[in-house]
Amino acid sequence: MSQRDIKRLTLFLLFAPFALWILLLIVLPHIGMGYLALREKIGPRQYEFGFGNFVEFAMEPIYWNTLLRTGSMSLLVTALALIVGFPIAYYIAKIANYRTRGAMFLLCLIPLWVSDLIRAFGWILLLRETGVISSSLQAIGLIDAPVELLYNDVTVVIGLVYTVMLFMIVPLVSTLDGMDNSMIEAGYNLGGSGLTVLRRIIIPYAMPGIVSGCIIVFMLTAGSYLTPILLGGKNSSWFTEMIYEQFITRYNWEAGATFGFLLLAFTSLVVWLGLKLSRQTLAGTVARS
Amino acid sequence: MTSGPVSDLECANISKNFGPIRAVDDVSFEIPSGSFFSILGPSGCGKTTLMRMIAGFETPSAGDIRIKGKSVVAAPPNKRNVKMVFQHLALFPMMNVFENIAYGLRCSGTPKSDIPGKVQNVLDRIALPDVGQREIHQLSGGQKQRIAIARCMVLDPDVLLLDEPLGALDLKLREAMKIELKLLQHQFNTTFVYITHDQSEALVMSDRVAVMNNGRFEQIGRPQELYHAPTSAFVAGFVGDSNRWAGRVVDADAQSAKIETADGLVTECAQRAVHSLSGGDAVDLFVRPEFIAVGRQDASREGAAAGGTTLTGTVDSILFNGANSRVLVRSASNALIEADVTLTGGDADFREGDSVALTWSARNAMGFRSDGSRAGGTAGGNAA
Repeated sequence: MSQRDIKRLTLFLLFAPFALWILLLIVLPHIGMGYLALREKIGPRQYEFGFGNFVEFAMEPIYWNTLLRTGSMSLLVTALALIVGFPIAYYIAKIANYRTRGAMFLLCLIPLWVSDLIRAFGWILLLRETGVISSSLQAIGLIDAPVELLYNDVTVVIGLVYTVMLFMIVPLVSTLDGMDNSMIEAGYNLGGSGLTVLRRIIIPYAMPGIVSGCIIVFMLTAGSYLTPILLGGKNSSWFTEMIYEQFITRYNWEAGATFGFLLLAFTSLVVWLGLKLSRQTLAGTVARS
Repeated sequence: MTSGPVSDLECANISKNFGPIRAVDDVSFEIPSGSFFSILGPSGCGKTTLMRMIAGFETPSAGDIRIKGKSVVAAPPNKRNVKMVFQHLALFPMMNVFENIAYGLRCSGTPKSDIPGKVQNVLDRIALPDVGQREIHQLSGGQKQRIAIARCMVLDPDVLLLDEPLGALDLKLREAMKIELKLLQHQFNTTFVYITHDQSEALVMSDRVAVMNNGRFEQIGRPQELYHAPTSAFVAGFVGDSNRWAGRVVDADAQSAKIETADGLVTECAQRAVHSLSGGDAVDLFVRPEFIAVGRQDASREGAAAGGTTLTGTVDSILFNGANSRVLVRSASNALIEADVTLTGGDADFREGDSVALTWSARNAMGFRSDGSRAGGTAGGNAA
């Protein structure tokens, strides 16, 4: 075997696990789902190729309303995560000293150490009608009757923001880290107020990180299942819940697969729009080394 | 120190402590309007801290900073009319050249209609009239430099601070930019305060130079004064090249002192206004290589000036560097002495092993009572 062949073989072997993973666990299942989605049920065990499942989705407002609702709530979660995460990221990257930095990153990581199932049940313990918050408020006499803090949109949004925060902070810290402090000083030196420096220098500079964090957070939120179900209950009307229902409750795999593809298409569209509006590219944000 | 009518920038007894470390120690100076002032010092001497205090990024622990006679210590950086060219320029990469220059104008609330005219005007003055729409990464190093200056000058500052802006450039460009900076300063007629550790930058460009060491100003003066009449051993060693010897005064009168160095050289040294020497003093002696005349030993030695020093030795090595060539001469007492020579490439050039006579006048030997500090250059250690 020549030197060149050995090199190629090494490369091939190193690449194989990744290729197999992509092929067997991502591409093949999606082909299967695509096949399911394009199959109309016309009778028991009788199927026909066609777009009937998509038409059915379009004809039923509850379906696409849920999709739009999921999309807009995810955008809200993304925006809130950005607003909360940016100052934290700025503090970690620009103000904190070396030791505080590590501690702050650790604090951001802690939520991920606990399984999100346990975390969500923890929230339920706090927020339910007989939970810690409700009974403490009663005990100190602020409210007369038990109050239900679960099963509303606010709780779902807060829960989701909490869950995805780290994924917003990490890309922000890495872009802000690369920013020379003298750039900020130059902004002040040339007469800019704090707001001007933030708006004209820091945010434009951090834009790749902002966009990349937003894409990750939006995708995670729109595709999340556990948090909306556990904190929002039946009222949450999250699109993933609807997909689950089609697959498991109704045993309508064709509709479930269709919904899955629609969610994928919808989130991709939103990300594409976001990239266009912020004049960023995928290569310059998420794929940035 | 000169006291003009109202100086552009005046620092009075400013100090800055970082915890137990005193970075700037009781520094006072005053810069007359429209002059080019340099602060020269080795890295870590506090010059950057001093500049950051003037710009407002640090608050002095004590003392006052006045710009055009008004104290600015309480003013935040964006309210001081002091602009700064940063070490790595800090041009904004997300804006093009026009926007970089217009940024300050927009911050100061200049009417929108005036901005293009002002930007174009300053671009014309730095001789880059057509780069407005270029992106920063499309500019060369020298162009970036000029844009960084234009970005400040368009705001018509009282004082422009420059923090070693030439450090990142290659040698040829640095030489060209030195002259260019000087010309720009003349053209804008604004006070420039230039921070550098490179003595040649400071000497070439400045009207006045302050030499800083360990947080203090060692000496302020015109470049020639610093070079020919340093007031401390540090300045003598830091500014320009020197042969530096430790020695002891063996005999002294009002005009001159006779010094014997540790290497066994005996030389005359003229008494100076400050630091007069008396018998028995330990001294640091400096003789610049260009003041040492090198002659063939067989030639007559009567060229020695009265009160000067003449000694003999052999050429140990030739340090060829074009017009700045030197010979390293080993004296009879085994001391090494650097001296400037002209090497023409002809037969008359010195060769290794030649016997030579070295001569210098007492006026050009500078002796300072040593205070134990050996900071600064040793013999020839500060190559320009």
